[in-house]
Amino acid sequence: MEPCYDVAVIGAGVIGSAVARELCRYRLRVVVLERNPDLFGGTSARNSGVLHAGFNNRPGTKMARLCVEGNRTFPRAAAELDVPFRRTGKLIVGFDREDRARLEALLETGRRNGVPELRLVGRAEIRRMAPAIRGEFALYSGSTGVLSPFQWNLGLAENAANNGAEFRFSHPVTAARREAGCWWLTAGGGTVWARWVFNCAGLHADRVSAMLGIPGYRIYPCRGEYFLLDRRLADCLPLPAYPVPNYRTGGLGIHLTPTIDGNVLIGPSTEYVGAPEDWATTAPTQALLLEEGRRILPGLSRADCIRTFAGVRPKLAGPDKGGYDDFVIERRDDLAPGVVNLVGIESPGLTSALPIAREAVGLLAEAEDLAENPDFDPIRRRPPVFREADEAARAALIARDPDYGELICRCEEVTRAEVREALSGPLGARTLTGLKYRCRAMMGRCQGGYCQMRLAAMLRERLGCRPEDLLYGPEGSWLFTGKVRDDEGNG
Amino acid sequence: MKEMDKDVVILGGGPAGLAAALRLWDLGVRDLVVLEREPEAGGVLRQCIHDGFGLTRFGEALTGPEYAARFLEPALARGIPIRTGAAATGLTAGRRVTAVTRAGLLAYRARAVILAMGCRERPLGALPVAGTRPAGVFTAGVAQAYLNLHNAMVGREAVILGSGDIGLMMARRLTLEGAHVRGVYEILPYPSGLPRNLLQCLDDYGIPLHLSRTVTALHGAARLEAVTVAAVDDRRRPIPGTEERVPCDTLILSVGLIPENELTRQAGALLDPSTGGPQTDQFGQTTVPGIFAAGNVLHVHDVADDVSREAENLAGAVRRYLDGHLPPCPVAVRGRGCRQVTPGRLAGTESAVLCFRPERPLRGAVAEVIQDGRVLASRRIPWANPAQMERLTAPPLDSRAPVEVVLRHD
Repeated sequence: MEPCYDVAVIGAGVIGSAVARELCRYRLRVVVLERNPDLFGGTSARNSGVLHAGFNNRPGTKMARLCVEGNRTFPRAAAELDVPFRRTGKLIVGFDREDRARLEALLETGRRNGVPELRLVGRAEIRRMAPAIRGEFALYSGSTGVLSPFQWNLGLAENAANNGAEFRFSHPVTAARREAGCWWLTAGGGTVWARWVFNCAGLHADRVSAMLGIPGYRIYPCRGEYFLLDRRLADCLPLPAYPVPNYRTGGLGIHLTPTIDGNVLIGPSTEYVGAPEDWATTAPTQALLLEEGRRILPGLSRADCIRTFAGVRPKLAGPDKGGYDDFVIERRDDLAPGVVNLVGIESPGLTSALPIAREAVGLLAEAEDLAENPDFDPIRRRPPVFREADEAARAALIARDPDYGELICRCEEVTRAEVREALSGPLGARTLTGLKYRCRAMMGRCQGGYCQMRLAAMLRERLGCRPEDLLYGPEGSWLFTGKVRDDEGNG
Repeated sequence: MKEMDKDVVILGGGPAGLAAALRLWDLGVRDLVVLEREPEAGGVLRQCIHDGFGLTRFGEALTGPEYAARFLEPALARGIPIRTGAAATGLTAGRRVTAVTRAGLLAYRARAVILAMGCRERPLGALPVAGTRPAGVFTAGVAQAYLNLHNAMVGREAVILGSGDIGLMMARRLTLEGAHVRGVYEILPYPSGLPRNLLQCLDDYGIPLHLSRTVTALHGAARLEAVTVAAVDDRRRPIPGTEERVPCDTLILSVGLIPENELTRQAGALLDPSTGGPQTDQFGQTTVPGIFAAGNVLHVHDVADDVSREAENLAGAVRRYLDGHLPPCPVAVRGRGCRQVTPGRLAGTESAVLCFRPERPLRGAVAEVIQDGRVLASRRIPWANPAQMERLTAPPLDSRAPVEVVLRHD
């Protein structure tokens, strides 16, 4: 029989990983059950990577409070977990009187939420901050930033794993029953037994909530499509620039965001879709994104785009209502004892992940006395990044570890040492895209044209698997049918 | 870091870099080094196991590795320093080259630099293809490397997008390895690959070629399950109502090669939007003095033989540069009815080979070199085909007025 855990966390996205990490501060046996074969299978890896300020959320909501707190405390979290981020500031630009009224309302909302460094700026200041951006006036938010969503998710998860949390991949929870004061979860072909369950299932949180005995939630998947632009264009956009948000559609409008890694994102669009994992892009929206991008970057060509992708927001506010419903972070002992339920964690969930996790763990702490874990280490370090090192530091890295002297991905200048590190440890990569998000190989302008064969070989070696067992991303995403020739050379 | 002085640093040990190195050596330039990022020299030739290389250069049909050996073996025999596992990451206008190796960083101060980095394949992201992003989408070169170098078979039921030569090769290769290739879809009204490859890779295996049709969307959440193909109008826009769903588990992209010019940009050399390579004069010199380019980094060639020949000619020019004997090139070159005209500037004091491609297929064409309204050279081209690079020699010039390369109906 499986050992008993104190807590099972369902979902290894940024919320599940943050919850697991915060649980590790206490003497608790924690298991994280993730349906995908690796991290990065859902919303946490498919977003704008923006550290939101919190001026866009209804005062008095958890969303507003936790976003502001997440923003304010992010530098510490980033320092502890070695997550790249930068306070870029952000402009929300407007043109007419109606826009102006909306921006003033946002300013007021921001002030009520306690958002620092908010002010209205004029045309000259817009030009000074971002010469390419057009606008009569704008709301400037100084505390907005950009972060690496991949390193954020990975940092939280790795830190949890290093502090004893167990991660089980390819473990979708398909059934749950409560017996003898414990939850019995059917997952990954076995049963996991835990006293507490945290629902951090993101796009599937409504289904998991119902499975655990808390019905009544419905997630409305809301897709956002993106263009990822070549690094060459990064200089055009020093900070995120959004149009005045349109509350009716519930998204922020199509905006442009520099990524922490030096690219530019156009998007996301906003479109309610039928399925939680409908990550397909569409021709009309792609055309729209390109058009929007050209307003800010005239001369932008389709060839400047290195990747298109989509993310899906797990919204509680449906298409008829629009806007945002508050995060649900609850305990419903009347319906489902031993459950901490997190539903509707959409934007600004990335920013708010740690405060959300602390609030969720607090609900457990209200129910039982938690003993501190004296061995908890909040620090996680990522291996040195060759690309970011100057010449002297590069020489030192290679002298210490010759694998730093072997470039695997030329576009992003990722070395064998970094790939090796991304493959190692308790949360080493298990899929090709998992490897990509950990070390950035294949994320550059050639999109793996040069390096993916070597990455696949290194991944296969680490997993010790046959070619046909190698996965690109999700379950079923096989890369190869097998060998061309058997080991004797026969086809 | 200690900087090493070199007469010539060659960036890339593929067909261009090897040919340039060998010829330079034989011209007496001995203080040179070739930097190659792979563990072995040869570049893309190493994965080209089909034959057909060397037909014009050596008069026989060789495989890619055999063709590479024709340059690599004599280079090694002469003791030409080829540093493999050395990835150049920096190039300045002052010709300082930095490279990364397992033994440490290398820095060179070169009198001349030869860019020979080749090209890369255009990825899916640059195409207006909607839908999901499942496994099973490979550029043709990546699929070729998986099959030929990594012993991994990429799929069972394939669609090829683009009729470039590597795509045609892969249509045949996948068929030979037991996959079913449903067809090749080409957005243009004419094929992009060479006629001989259309014959030997498609016709001989009964693989259909669909012109003026393209892939507009991908389907499948995990592995590719189907693609939507549609007919396109004369502006290459999909025509509504012509969509057709083609089941497949593999999509091979052969939609163009992009000269690899990140280092060229770093050095501040100007690029030519038509070729994607640096602007050069007739001696292969870029807009940065002492930095030269040859091969696919300059403009994408049809066959490796032409790459070698271009690099060998370049070696002669670099030798003259080192001796201080390269004349200035004040005469601008323009194209009409043709594109990718290379070089962009001529000396006028000596003849020069001009390369170009037709804008569109043209039967019964004539190509002319015109200056001041005078036809200085001309050649009939019975069938001008964008898939085939054409060449025409301009004689020494009396004037410094711009030269036009004109391709028109005879």
